[in-house]
Amino acid sequence: MSDAKATPGPTQGAMIELQAVHKWYGDFHVLRDINLQVQKGEKVVVCGPSGSGKSTMIRCVNRLEEHQQGRIVVAGIELNADMKNIEAIRREVGMVFQQFNLFPHLTVLQNLTLAPIWVRKLPKKEAEETARYYLERVRIPDQADKYPGQLSGGQQQRVAIARSLCMKPEIMLFDEPTSALAPEMIKEVLDVMIGLAEDGMTMVCVTHEMGFARTVADMMVFMDRGEVIERAPPKDFFANPKNERTRTFLSQILTH
Amino acid sequence: MASDEAALTLAPARPAPWRDPKLRAIAYQIVFVAAVVGAVGFLVHNMLGNISRQNIATGFGFLRKEAAFGIGESLIPYSPADTYGRAFLVGLSNTLYVAALGIVLATILGTVMGLARLSGNWLVAKLAQIYVETFRNIPLLLQLFFWWGLLNTAAPAPRQAWQVLPDVFVSNRGIAYPVPVASPAYKWMALAVVVALALLVPLRRWAAARQAATGRQFPRGWAGLGIVLGLPLIVFVAFGAPFALSVPSLHGFNFSGGSAVSPEFAALLLGLVIYSGTFIAEIVRAGILAVSWGQSEAAMALGLKSGQRMRLVVLPQALRVIVPPLTSQYLSLTKNSSLAVAIGFPDLVSIANTTMNQTGQAIEGIAMIMAVYLFISLSISLAMNLYNRAVALVER
Repeated sequence: MSDAKATPGPTQGAMIELQAVHKWYGDFHVLRDINLQVQKGEKVVVCGPSGSGKSTMIRCVNRLEEHQQGRIVVAGIELNADMKNIEAIRREVGMVFQQFNLFPHLTVLQNLTLAPIWVRKLPKKEAEETARYYLERVRIPDQADKYPGQLSGGQQQRVAIARSLCMKPEIMLFDEPTSALAPEMIKEVLDVMIGLAEDGMTMVCVTHEMGFARTVADMMVFMDRGEVIERAPPKDFFANPKNERTRTFLSQILTH
Repeated sequence: MASDEAALTLAPARPAPWRDPKLRAIAYQIVFVAAVVGAVGFLVHNMLGNISRQNIATGFGFLRKEAAFGIGESLIPYSPADTYGRAFLVGLSNTLYVAALGIVLATILGTVMGLARLSGNWLVAKLAQIYVETFRNIPLLLQLFFWWGLLNTAAPAPRQAWQVLPDVFVSNRGIAYPVPVASPAYKWMALAVVVALALLVPLRRWAAARQAATGRQFPRGWAGLGIVLGLPLIVFVAFGAPFALSVPSLHGFNFSGGSAVSPEFAALLLGLVIYSGTFIAEIVRAGILAVSWGQSEAAMALGLKSGQRMRLVVLPQALRVIVPPLTSQYLSLTKNSSLAVAIGFPDLVSIANTTMNQTGQAIEGIAMIMAVYLFISLSISLAMNLYNRAVALVER
C-alpha cells in the first residue's frame, strides 16, 4: 500500500492541474503563479499561515472563486467561464467546508439525497440506498431522520462528508474541515477522512492537523503570501524543510 | 429518626405575605383589573347618560332603514332605496376587493423588486433601490392624493382621452378598456380553468412519484401552465371560438362600451400596491440575505444549478424569515385601504361615515368598522400563521 502511495499512477494524467494561476482581490494579489499537479489517488495536504491563499486556491478548483490568469484543468475538463464545464467539474468534485454548510431545513437523509436526485437524476430509492451506505461509512447510520441542528459538530461534519460522497466524486476537497470543531470531535472526523484516503480517493486538504498529514499525505504543499513556497513528501517536509518560512511556520505550529 | 421525618418535610420558610413575590403579583393584578373595570364603567355610564340626554337612538335598528344615498361603484347590486345594512355590505365588499387585489399585486411587485435589488446588474439593482427608497418614504395619504390628482385632474376630459394602448383610454373619468362580449362559452372556460387547477394536484403528485421511482424530472411548471391555458382554449375552440370585443367609444361626454375602473379605485389600488410593494421588496431581500452564503456555496459545490439552488436551498430557508413580517404587511395594506375615504372611494369606512352622518349613530358605526377590520386582520393572521408553521425550521 505504501508503494502505491509513493508512485501515484503517472500514466493516467493529472486529476487536477494548475498552471501559472493568478488571482487578485482588487489590488491584493491573493494567488501568485500557482503551479500544482494532483495525480489520481494522490493525497495533497496544503498548509500555511492564515491569509496565505490556501483556501482561495482550492476554492478555485471548483470555481467557488474565479481565477484571473493561468489555466486550471480538473478531471480532464478545462475550467473557464463556460457554465457547462463548471457544472461538469462540480459534479466530479466534492467539497467539505469549515462550517459544514448542511441544509438546516432538510433531514440528514434529504441532505444526502438532494444532489443525487436533482443533479445525477437518480431514483429516490437508489439515492437513499447510497445515502444510507455512506452514513454507515461515516458511522452515523441511526441519525438519518434527524435535522442537522440536532447533531453535534463532529456528526454534522461527517454528514457533510457523506453528502459529498453521495455524488460519487472523483476528487474531494477539504477546506479546514476540523477547524470549527471542539477538540474531542476532531478525531472522529479525521478517522473518516483517513478511511477515505485508504480507499484511494484523490484528496486535497487544507488543514493544520499535522498528525493527519503525516499519516495520509503523499505530498505536502506549503503556501505563504499567495505563493507555493515548498512542496515535498511529508517525510522530507517535516524532517528537513528547505525554506526559512516553512521552518518558521512548522516551529510555530509544532512546538506544543 | 425524628430528624429523618423532619428532613422529608423540610421546606423553605414562607416569608410574610407582603414580602412574598407571588402574593404581591396577585394583589397587583387584582388592583389593576379593578381600576380598568372602574374606568370603563365610568365611561360607559357617562356615555349612556349623554346619549339619553341628547335623545340619540341606540341599537342596530338603523341597519334596516332606507339608506337614501347613492354609491359610485359596487360589486353587488345596490340602489339608494336599499337599506343601510346593504350599503354597509357594499362598503365591505369594496374593501375586501381592493385589499385582496392589492395583496396579490403588491406581493408580485415586491418580490420582483426585492429580487431586482439583489441582482448583479447594476442598473436593475439601482432602479429597484430608487423605487423602494422613493415610495417607502412618502406618506401613503400623499401618494393617494397624487395618483388621484393625476387621474382626476391632470388627465384630460374623455374627448381628449389618452389612448395608452389600442382601445384603452385614460381620462378623468377613469380608465376605460375593452372586454369580450359575454358568451355562454366563457362560463365553461372559467369552469375549465378550475378543472385545470384541480388537475395540477394529481399532476404534481405523479411527477414527484415518477421522479422518486425513475429519477426522471418532469417540467412541472411548463406542463402546468400548458394545462391551465390549454384546457380553456380547447373549450373556447369547441364553442366555435365566439369572440367579440366590446370596445369603449366616446358617446357624448363619456365612454360607453367596454368596461372601466373609476379614478378613485385606480388611485387607491395603485397607491396601496406601490407603497406596500416597497416594504415587501425589503422583506424579500432581507429574507434571502438572511440565508448564509455558505448555503449557496454548498449547493454550488454539489452541482445544483442556480434555479435549483434558489428553489431547493435558499427560498425554503428565506421563507421562514419572510412570512412573519409579510403578514404584518398584508395587515397594514388591508387597514391602509381605509384611507380610501380621503379620495372618495366608497370603501367600508367611507360608507360607514356617510351612514353615521345621516343616522347619528356613531358608536354603532365605529364599532362595526372596528369589528370588521379586526375580523379581516385576524383571518389574515390565522392563515399566515398556519402557513408559517408549515415552512418553519426544525431545530433541536
